[in-house]
Amino acid sequence: MNKIYRVNMKDLTCKIEDVPAAWVGLGGRGLTSNIVAAEVPPTCHPLGPNNKLVFAPGLLTGTPAAQSGRMSAGAKSPLTGTIKESNAGGTSAQQFAKLGIKAMIIEGQPAEGKWYELHVNNDGVTFHDASALKGKQNFAVIDAMNAKYSPKIGVVTIGVPGEERLKSANISVKDPDQKLRSHGRGGLGAVMGSKGVKVITIDDSAGKKVEIADPEKFRAAAKVFAKAMLDHPVTGEGLPIYGTNVLINIINEAGGLPTKNFRYGTCEHHDKVSGETMHDVIAGRGGSTKHGCHAGCVIQCSQVYVDEKAEYITSGFEYETVWGLGINCMIEDLDDCARIDNAMDDIGIDSIEGAVILGTAMEAGVIPWGDGKECLRVMKEEIGKATPLGRILGNGTKSVGDAYGLTRVAVVKGQGIPAYDPRTIKGIGVTYAMSTMGADHTAGYAIATNILQVGGHVDPLKKDGQVELARNLCIATAAVDSTGMCIFVAFPALDIPECLPSLIDMINARYGINLSGDDVTDLGKSIMKTEKAFNDAAGFTKADDRLPEFFEYEPLPPHNMVWDFTGEELDEFWNF
Amino acid sequence: MKITVKLFAGFRNDRFKVDDLEFPENATVVDVLDALKINSPELGVAMINGRHVTREHVLADGETLSLFPKVGGG
Repeated sequence: MNKIYRVNMKDLTCKIEDVPAAWVGLGGRGLTSNIVAAEVPPTCHPLGPNNKLVFAPGLLTGTPAAQSGRMSAGAKSPLTGTIKESNAGGTSAQQFAKLGIKAMIIEGQPAEGKWYELHVNNDGVTFHDASALKGKQNFAVIDAMNAKYSPKIGVVTIGVPGEERLKSANISVKDPDQKLRSHGRGGLGAVMGSKGVKVITIDDSAGKKVEIADPEKFRAAAKVFAKAMLDHPVTGEGLPIYGTNVLINIINEAGGLPTKNFRYGTCEHHDKVSGETMHDVIAGRGGSTKHGCHAGCVIQCSQVYVDEKAEYITSGFEYETVWGLGINCMIEDLDDCARIDNAMDDIGIDSIEGAVILGTAMEAGVIPWGDGKECLRVMKEEIGKATPLGRILGNGTKSVGDAYGLTRVAVVKGQGIPAYDPRTIKGIGVTYAMSTMGADHTAGYAIATNILQVGGHVDPLKKDGQVELARNLCIATAAVDSTGMCIFVAFPALDIPECLPSLIDMINARYGINLSGDDVTDLGKSIMKTEKAFNDAAGFTKADDRLPEFFEYEPLPPHNMVWDFTGEELDEFWNF
Repeated sequence: MKITVKLFAGFRNDRFKVDDLEFPENATVVDVLDALKINSPELGVAMINGRHVTREHVLADGETLSLFPKVGGG
């Protein structure tokens, strides 16, 4: 991967540049965040001409390494105002790697009202009029591009909310089964829309195999790594059978399952939407309980959820989405939840933000609690068509709270809080508060240590050790997010001693370098500090690194605990 | 003494979701695992009243014990 594609939407040109020395050792999030920090003015309007949208596959993407097919997208986020990286599976990352594209930087803006398809191949990018696609949602865009080229074409697309620059809009990526994966969080779809880019198509037919400096060493390390994935009970057994939604029951049991817009920590009907129930429903109807988001995934945590006639309803139906709809919005019918998930895929909004938006809209009285049918209508007819109500909702959880004068609004830096209550799972609360990207559980997944007892145990109900835990996890995650690896490699990496060294060996063998474990930690630290410096320059202060006030005065049953970290305690996070 | 045992994920296979079981006084989590023929290393998490307990935890009459294999997600 030795090329940077620099796409200018003002004059419709693409320059192919060499990779500057400073970026050679970077990939994925490390690269997108460094490019955004170097080239985007921190105080710029996220939807204006000075923001840039950057795509970068990870350091190991395109190699035979298991789990390495993730693409990072980065920009200044319209939802949070911070720097943002969001990574996704699908086919685009491996296609970029085959074409030798280390990053694609989209800058500038076209004349107003113009819509383009960017067609990416070995020779660069060509610009095609996409006005016929305007107003189409994601699945229709995929159908149109498959018809125009072939089903092998890579597709990266936005729906109507992205065109309308709504802050919950995501960027969707075609997966190996012609369905969708998402750069979900932070409203990056609105940035793509602001650049007049409706769709990016990728033709990798002239691509080459990714070169590996030391194939023998790589093969040996890849074998150890893949074995660790299959040997660990979480990645080898729990995730493939039950999917991420296996968490509903354990988080409920721990009293940290945010219920009815963060009122309670347990939910009476939890088993109706649990991973165990979902597994039985899918298996009983002839759906697929296993599914990988990219070629080369051995974990297969995803699934294809079908109706009673075995017809497709949705796939990639993850815990956070099921929680948000089934528990936080009190929608007890799993089929309703699945249909809403599919609608969010189709219109192209983040399914975590979307679910927290709906819960906040229920808080406001706009939608009755538990009304799945109305939620589906709101997704398709309001947010999906960017009506005035759809704009209030589609601009995110904070937008709904502001419009309706609410105080129980679960956001940090404007981004909706996902499926783990910070009052009773305190480590994840530190991650939400301190992440450089707003409330994001994946930034430093303290649930592993607080609840799942992977990588040791830190009592979720006590403050002791949580800041250190979140800090270490955030640093490690920043590094993993740069490799192109799926975040779930962390489960074996935390428990199996040879897993992480084999990951580093693969990077070394791929590039003919000699990174140590400390170098990888230093990479994570440097990414975090680069991102924080961007946020500081954008105007963020310590006061932004805090959870919403209601967590401090509303005790969460059943443990009846509040969020009780002081600002000084939280600020220790940055002491590295 | 009576212990209510709740099982999750793969632990439910060929067993049950929830059941009331009799154990002698001073029984521990390990005794419950043995009675259910669950190998101790397979245990991911044991909880009583939403709090994690160790394998050596001594149970009290009427408690509800929740047992999870090693699971994860996120």
